[in-house]
This record gives sequence, C-alpha cells and structure tokens, in this order.
Amino acid sequence: MKASRSWIEEYVDLPAGVTTDDLTARLTALGLKLEAIDRAGDAITGPLVLGRVLTMEPEPQKNGKTINWCTVDVGDANGTGEPQGIVCGAHNFAPGDLVVCVLPGAVLPGDFAISARKTYGHLSAGMICSARELGLGEDHDGIIVLPADAGEPGQDAFGVLGLDAEVIEFEINPDRAYGLSLRGIARDAALAYDAPYRDPALRETPAANAEGWPVEVDDAVGCPVFVARQVTGFDPAAPTPAWLAERLQHAGMRSISLAVDITNYVMLETGRPIHGYDADKVQGTVRVRRATEGERLTTLDGTDRALSPEDLVVTDDSGLIGLGGVMGGETTEMSSTTTSVLVEAAHWDATAMFRTGKRHKISSEAGKRNERGVDPTICEAAADRVVELLTTYGGGTVHPGVTVVGTPPVPLAIAIDADLPARVTGIAIDPATAVADLEAVGCTVTVDGDRLTAVPPSWRPDLTDPFDLVEEVARVVGYDQVPSVLPTPSAGRGLTREQRLRRRVGRTVAGAGYVEVVSFPFVGEATFNALGLPADDPLRHTVGLANPLSSEEPAYTTTLLPGLLKAAARNVGRGAAGVALFETGTVAFPVDRGPAPIYGVDRRPTDDELAKLFDTLPEQPLHLAVVLAGERERAGWWGEGREAGWADAIGLARRVATELGVELVVESASRMPWHPGRCARLLVGDEVLGHAGELHPKVAKAYGLPPRPAALELDLDLLLRRAVDVASGPVVSGYPVAKEDVALVVPAATAAAAVEAALREGAGALLESIRLFDVYTGEQVGDGHKSLAFALRFRATDRTLTDEEVGAARDAAVALAAERTGAAQRA
Amino acid sequence: MTFTLLLTHDERPELSGPNTDYDPVEVTPLKSEEVEAARDAALAAIAGAADLDGLKQVRIDHTGDRSPLALANREIGALPPQARKEAGQRIGQARGAVNKALGERQAVLEVEHEERMLVEETVDVTLPTDRLPSGARHPITTGSELIADIFVAMGWEVAEGPVIEAEWLNFDALNLGADHPARTMQDTFWTEPAENAMVLRTHTSPVQARTMLTRTPPIYVVCPGRVFRTDEYDATHSPMFHQVEGLAIDEGISMAHLKGTLDHFATSMFGEGITTRFRPSYFPFTEPSAEVDLVCFVCRGAGELEGSPCRTCRGEGWIEWGGCGVVNPRVLTACGVDAERYTGFAFGMGIDRTLMFRHGLEDLRELFEGDVRFTTAFGTEL
Ligand SMILES: [Zn+2]
Repeated sequence: MKASRSWIEEYVDLPAGVTTDDLTARLTALGLKLEAIDRAGDAITGPLVLGRVLTMEPEPQKNGKTINWCTVDVGDANGTGEPQGIVCGAHNFAPGDLVVCVLPGAVLPGDFAISARKTYGHLSAGMICSARELGLGEDHDGIIVLPADAGEPGQDAFGVLGLDAEVIEFEINPDRAYGLSLRGIARDAALAYDAPYRDPALRETPAANAEGWPVEVDDAVGCPVFVARQVTGFDPAAPTPAWLAERLQHAGMRSISLAVDITNYVMLETGRPIHGYDADKVQGTVRVRRATEGERLTTLDGTDRALSPEDLVVTDDSGLIGLGGVMGGETTEMSSTTTSVLVEAAHWDATAMFRTGKRHKISSEAGKRNERGVDPTICEAAADRVVELLTTYGGGTVHPGVTVVGTPPVPLAIAIDADLPARVTGIAIDPATAVADLEAVGCTVTVDGDRLTAVPPSWRPDLTDPFDLVEEVARVVGYDQVPSVLPTPSAGRGLTREQRLRRRVGRTVAGAGYVEVVSFPFVGEATFNALGLPADDPLRHTVGLANPLSSEEPAYTTTLLPGLLKAAARNVGRGAAGVALFETGTVAFPVDRGPAPIYGVDRRPTDDELAKLFDTLPEQPLHLAVVLAGERERAGWWGEGREAGWADAIGLARRVATELGVELVVESASRMPWHPGRCARLLVGDEVLGHAGELHPKVAKAYGLPPRPAALELDLDLLLRRAVDVASGPVVSGYPVAKEDVALVVPAATAAAAVEAALREGAGALLESIRLFDVYTGEQVGDGHKSLAFALRFRATDRTLTDEEVGAARDAAVALAAERTGAAQRA
Repeated sequence: MTFTLLLTHDERPELSGPNTDYDPVEVTPLKSEEVEAARDAALAAIAGAADLDGLKQVRIDHTGDRSPLALANREIGALPPQARKEAGQRIGQARGAVNKALGERQAVLEVEHEERMLVEETVDVTLPTDRLPSGARHPITTGSELIADIFVAMGWEVAEGPVIEAEWLNFDALNLGADHPARTMQDTFWTEPAENAMVLRTHTSPVQARTMLTRTPPIYVVCPGRVFRTDEYDATHSPMFHQVEGLAIDEGISMAHLKGTLDHFATSMFGEGITTRFRPSYFPFTEPSAEVDLVCFVCRGAGELEGSPCRTCRGEGWIEWGGCGVVNPRVLTACGVDAERYTGFAFGMGIDRTLMFRHGLEDLRELFEGDVRFTTAFGTEL
C-alpha cells in the first residue's frame, strides 16, 4: 500500500514539525510497517523553475537531427530577468508553452550537474526537462508541457510537479486490512500522535428508496450488503483532475479514465472496493447468486472463465455480468462512451472472495481487500462518495434512486480477563490502561469486575479472539515496553542419542579429509539415467512434486549421489585436482499409503488419527554419502600423489563404523552406479546399510569427472541404530606380544575377508589382532591363485605366552582357514 | 657414553712370557721416560683427535692391547717383585691420565658431533605439508549445532521432523486453514498428487506442532532444519533454505520471556551488546506477533561506519532477523495443549540468513554450490 503523506494528512491533523521518518517509525511501531519512503525530489538540487517558451528556431544538424534554439522566460530565476537561451532536442512543444527549466548549478537525478555549455553553436544555459530526466517516470516522448495555468515563469517547479511529495510505502500484514486504505492509515497516525482524525467514511447518505436500481441478493451469506447508486449524463471525456491522478500515481495506480479513477480513488480512500457498470448496458434486475455448474463468464480482462458453484456472480436479465467482488464482466464494462454509471458498493464474504480469487488466479486490488475483510458498514458512504466525485468532475446528475439490500454483519463481543494483556505481554498493564487502549483502537468496552468485554469496531473484522485484543493493547502500549526476562526451564536432557551420533559421524568424516556439501534434493529421469540405474531400480520410485521449479527435476531424491556428483564436477570444473565430498541428508521413498488426512483444529487428533497421519508420509531416512574424484593425496616434494579409488570409499565406511563401534561386513556386490567388479555391499549382521566402491565409468563420464571416481552411500539411520551406546573399556595387556606371520595361498576369487575371518576364529581368544599386509599374485603361487600374508599378534592379559601356546593358536588359525577357504600355507 | 673395545681372541697380541732374568730398569717400556713418552704421545693424540672416529682410533692406538702402555703394563709381571709396585704405579698413573683425557675428549667431541649433526639435518620447514587435504563440515551444519548448543545450555532440547510433511501439520494445525490468506504468503511445494495433502515443509513449525502433539508441557525446544519454498534461486533466495524455530510452552509464559530468550540468543551468536527489538507483525500461529530485529553487530546500531552508511544494515542500525510471538491459543488447542493453563512463545529465523550476516556472505548460493574453497574456510566448528 502506497500513499503520499499529504493525502494521509487530509484526514489527520498531525502536530506541527512531525517528520515523515518519525511518522513512519510510529506507524511501524503500531503495525503498519514502513517498506520505503519515496522522495522523488530528493535527487534534484538547485534551480528547477517554470518557464514560458518565447521563441524556438529549428536548426537542422549535420548528423541528421534537428535541434531547437529556444529562448525561455524564466522570470527572475536566472538573476537577470532576461530570456534564457537553451538548446532543446525535443519537438513536442511550441512558443507560449509552459515548460520546466533546470538552470546552471542544478543537479538532476544520477548526479547530472547542469552548467552553461557550448553546444550546436550556441551557449545553452540549462535544459528544458522531460519527465524521465527528473526521475518522474520513464516517459521520454518529449519534454514536460504543463497546463497554461499551472503557474508563472520563474516559479519553483517542485510543488507544481509534485516533486516535494513524500510517498510512503507500507507493507500491510494480512490481519490489518484496514491499513489498505487512507482511512485506516490516517486512523493509526491519529492514534500515534493522539491527533484529530476525520473519517472519510463518516458522511450523511440518502436513505434507500424505491427508485433505486432493482437488486436482489439470493445469497446473503456471500453478499450481506449490496448498495447501488446511479449517475446519469456523465461526460465520458471529462479529464481526471491532476490532484486525483497524482494521488493515484503515488499509490501505484495508473490513471485510466475519470470514472475508473474515481472508483479506484474511493477504494484507496475508504478501503471499500467499488464496481462501476455502464448502466446503459445493464438489463433489468441485478441479482447476486452463486454460479451454477457449467456457467461461463468473460471478465473485463478478456478471459473466458468456467465458473464453480462456489463463485459468487452478479447477473442481469442478459445473464452473468460480473464475478462478485473480484472482477466485472466484459459486457457491462465502462467505456469511453459511458454516460450513465451504475455504482456497486457491496460487502462480500471474505472466504468466498479468497477462494474465487485463488481458483481463477485473479489477484487484484479489489480482491486483496475483499478477501482480507472490509468494513461492512461503509457501502453506502463509499457509493455516495463515488457519486459525489463523478458528478463533481464528470458533470451529470445524481439519480435519486438509492438501493440498499441487506444489513452489515455485527461484530461479536470478545470477553477477556482484564489482566490478560499484562499476563501475555509481560508488561505491567493495568486494567484501566487496557480499557483505554482498546477504546483508542475503536472498541466499545464494558468492564464487569475482573472481566472486560470489547466489541470491535466495524473496520476491524480481524479482531475475533481474546489474544487479538492483547495484541491491540500491546501495540498501543508499545512493543518496546516488553521487558527482557529469561525463562527458567527445568533441566533438559541435552542432545538425543541420534543428534550426538550424527555430530560424531560428521566430525569423523570431515576428519578423514572430506568436505561437507548441502545440495538441493531435486531429481528427475535424467538424473537416474546419468546414474545408469536400470528401469526397474527402486531408486527411480520417487515422491513427485506437483509444482516443481524445473520440469527436469520434478521429484524428491532417493539418493544423495546426484547432488554430490554435481558438486564434485563443479569443483573439478573450477580447477580442483581432486575432491572428496560428503553429505548427510534425508532422501524420500514413497509408501503409497494414500493421502494424509486433514483433521479439524478444534481439538487434538486422537492418537490413532495421528498415527494414521504419520503413517501416510514417505519414508525419509537420513543418508550418508561421499564422492571422491581425482587426486586424493597431493604430489609434492615428498613424492608422488595418489588418486582416489574404490578403497577410499569403502575405507571411509569402515572408519565411520569403527567410530560407532559397529562391526561392518563388506562383501562383493554388483549394483549401479558402481563399477560391477569394484562395488561393496555394506552390512551390519544381515542388514544392508548401503554400497561403496568405484563408480561405473559411464557415471564418471556422464558427470564429467576424472577417471575412477569413488562413492559411498549408506542409510545412516540404520547405522546409528546399531551404534554402541556405552563402549566397554578393553583390558590392555602389558605382557609381551607374540608375532606370527602366515602366508596363505587361495584361489584368486576368494575374499580376503573370508580368509581373515577364518583365521580370526581359528586363532581363538589369544589373538589380539590380525592384519592383511600383503597380497601376491605371480608364478610362485600359480595361475588363478593369490597369496595373502597376514600378521597375527597374540597376547594374553595375564601371562607371557609360551611358544607352544602361540604355535598352537597359529596352527589352529591356519587349519580353520584351510578348512573354510581351501587356503594352503605358502611354502 | 663409553666405547668398549672388544677384540677377538685371534686379534690379541702374543704375550711375552714371564722373564725373571730381567732387571726392571733394563726393560725399555717400563722406563720412566718411556712411560711418560707413551703417555704424552697418547695425550697429544687425544687432544689432536678431530672427531669421534679419530678418537676411536686414538683409543685403539693408545689404550688398546697393542698400545705401548698396555704392552708395558703386561711387562710388569716380568719384573722382579720389588720393582713391580713402582712400575705399576707409574703405568697406572699414565693410563689413568690417558683414560681421563679420553673421556673428556669423548664428551667434547660428542657434543660437537651432535651439534654438527643437528646443523646438517636442517630442513626447510617452510615446505608445504598439505599432502592430505583437510576436510570440513558445512557452516549450515555447524551453525545449526552452534544454535542448538546455545539453547541446550539453557535447558532446551532439539526437536526434529520430516521434510515431507502432512499439509495438516504444516498449515492447519498452525491456524493456517485452507482459506487463510496467509497461506499464499508461503509459496509451497506440493507433492504429487496434490490431493495427497503433503508438502515440502515451508517452515520448521510442523516440528513444533509434532512436539506439542506428542509431549506434555513444559516444552522448551528448538527445531533447526531445512525448509522449502517455490522461490527462484538467486543471491538472496533459494527454493531450499534452513530455519531454526523455537517453542516454549509453560505456565505463565509471556512475551517478556520471548524477549529474554531472543536477547540471550542474539548475544550468544553475535556478542555482548547485540540485543533485539520487536515490531508488530502478523503470523497466523502467533498472537501477538512480532518481527524481531537485531542490533547491527557491524556498526553496533550506529547505522554508519567511519562516516558512511553501514552496508550490513543499510544504515538502519538494525537487521531484520526473524518472526516471533505468543503461540496462538488456537494452535495450542489443535495440538492438544490446555490453552487455559499454558501459554507459549515461538520464534523462527533463517539459519542461512543468520550465517550470511554473521560471516559477511554476499551470495546465498555459496552455501549450496559445494565449492570446497568456500566450505573449508569454516573448519569443523563455527
Ligand atoms: Zn550496521
């Protein structure tokens, strides 16, 4: 909502000397938030005066342009009283015209300093201004030519051009619909300064009579009040007075025609949207009803609309002539030949207005007000004001007929404890202050012991609840009066187990040299194709978005890898030699258990109802994923670097599992987007957590990554569930260690982990640790075989082990490995 | 440190047998001047040893089995008994002097050696050591943790919920019914089909609703998390961003407690003296509602820095931080909290936005690009 300060001041007598900054600060403190103050003249300094063109000589130039060498009477503004010589490139004026001159020494918007200068063979002492040069608009069709009676040569032009106006833009919250009118803004300004206020909607209006236009309202819920007035003999060519056009322009509305401008003006002034019909095109009784299925209406924006039985419509004998309160119809629209105007000022049901506006995607100034709530008592006053302005500026006659159908709804009284404002705000507000403040905002208050009852004013349909009254009292007392007091909750339980574990995982992964990213979770077909997922891959079954930002990515992701791969490619594209990224985030899997129920809000849903609601939502596990590509360890003076590979990704999974005390099982798997021979399935027990390994070369190519990128993705929720809560302290033996190395030859396809597991189990309790330290393939072990060398460390907690004990444990280990995997001890 | 010389059996020199015929004075090595000469030669050699290797050789030459003093010592046995004592003393003194000198020289040379070694082992410590690149956690993660910790320290807890949320929890339960004009204030992503009544949550407020629905007061929770709006992606907007909301439900809760909590939050995040102010505002889920501004921590509320307007707050001295208010009793009722007994307050602010001005970020998109150069600047804690 925008309005010039001077217009606001038409309805409130502000104390002398109040600055606009102070006014807007106080209005902001009352809930009408300042968005911006626009002072068009602020960017102009120095002499800007009216001038009358005395002579103009067109002078063709070599460059093909014609300039005008003018002399302009600028009165005494130039200090000499002599005509001012000015070169002007525009041609939309003639000698005798009143124009706007900027004289040397002035500065125009954009720090454009004006000085007398030689140009086209003349000394041009200033400029004749266009609207654009003065920052008054984009109109550059020529210079400003003012009406002959706008002023005298030499007179300061700021006032004439409205450059001294201060236009205040407010951000009006949905609950303060009254702020969408000058009436409401001025009322709060009066409240802020305890200043005299004149209500523009408070006027004597003629009583309804039988001569009024016939109106019938079939739906009094949708349209409780319908007022119709008429003006005849109106001059459609009558111009909009400059002051009115300027106020509309300041309010951000274009001047269209006098009749339209007046309906807009009265809407801005009172907050009551008005509709004007060309009365000659309206046939017979005007009726308000709900639309019927299948009805259509072409609204005055030219759109043919299919109507819903919920829409309120206005009809006449010809059929539909308007979408009530939202937009008029084409057939009865006012035009440049309209001489008879039927003025409608009706009160419409806010919810119906909201739904119709939303259904038909119509966002209009009228709709905005109607759907937020307008004072239902001012229809007659608003219509009367329109009639007054139409006849004042457009001639014509007020038709004696006055139609008033229905009665405005009456606001409901709200009762509260008198100390409720104090209790809720924490400000010491005594009941008397509460009563006074409620009365100050227009409520009628009665006090009964500790209770007070407030009937809200007609212009505040938003006041319905006890706490609404508290807010009214609070804003009058001032939000700056709220003291600062820390609450004292009882002891909390700290972070949850999962929250602590998630931090631990994040630190572990970052500690391993990975950088965390946060990606958008939007994916599409192309995403899954780039990952090479087969057509029936469960990851392709996504939660779709009804209104995605991009049709390429219309779903919520089922995997974190696309975001990581994109980020990795971005880093590589920006010159990174290697990148190791991680992300923890939720993915979503549809459960397809139907729509989420929508319950009422007058009570808590039952536990069963809640359970049902929770049950419909997609599964949204937290995943951990990493992507590595390119250099993992840098080359340097110490030697060669190292490229990232499958082992990094699997190693990280192990590292995280170890951190959480979880025994991770790694087994070979084949699954896109991983390399079929370099993919590990990660399990805890027999529960699959995820996969890790080298990515498929196609994926590397699709994302433009260096060869052999690696990735890990696992279900972090599952992993965290398995985490050890309280680690048992190990007994650390101080006895000497006994080391045994064994080299075992197994078929090449045998998993090292299987051999290790057999050795571990066979070695028994004396085994402290086992580590594979070498893998050998070659002649010595024969084709299709490999030799695995393990270092076994034996130790007891209570004694030094004997050679016999160690030897027996070692032999048992080898024996079990031989039995389980066919391993032969290497000679 | 002592160096012991171990000679193998084969290396030992042949011993002279006892020679009882000799007159001690006739045995050359035992002559006083010979012993002294051997001693002096040894001392000179010791003094002249340039390094530990040289000294090692000197030790062999002058105290080894074949050294003159050792040989002379061996001859003592061949002397007549009356001469042995004197000769023994003489040689013993000489050997003592030599060993002492050896020990002293050894110590000196060891110090010299160590000093030289340390000099020789000098490296260029300015060489790069970045073989393993550093990891980092994302500032949104660590920022959320920082905020959570501020509240946990006050006895609050951290609540969470799903990002794909039921319409009822994201809107209706929060007094944002289907016909509420404010619903259009939040441009919502709906899941397909829209009749499924699920959204990508537009705020973390449904977590508040879930908390009220599943717990009994008193409740003090903060809810950090990602939220979605159908905003085009630019320097200050993103379809995905992060919010932290707080909710306190207790007996006797007022706006004063809200102010106290936010002042403490602001001071904890931005430093002493950085407090908040309230301006009336509107949110369906709170009444009264307020927008909360923060004293600009760059200009500390002055609105200007060294004569020119502060860029962080655009000369206002205040920064818009978020929204807050007293929980609307309609919300309490829908969520099963006794609105007669309890009151509550709630607040919410953007984590991304908070980080942007706390860390002077110019472009919101930096947070979502995943450029490691950006993220590593924040380390693993904020
Ligand atoms: Zn500042």
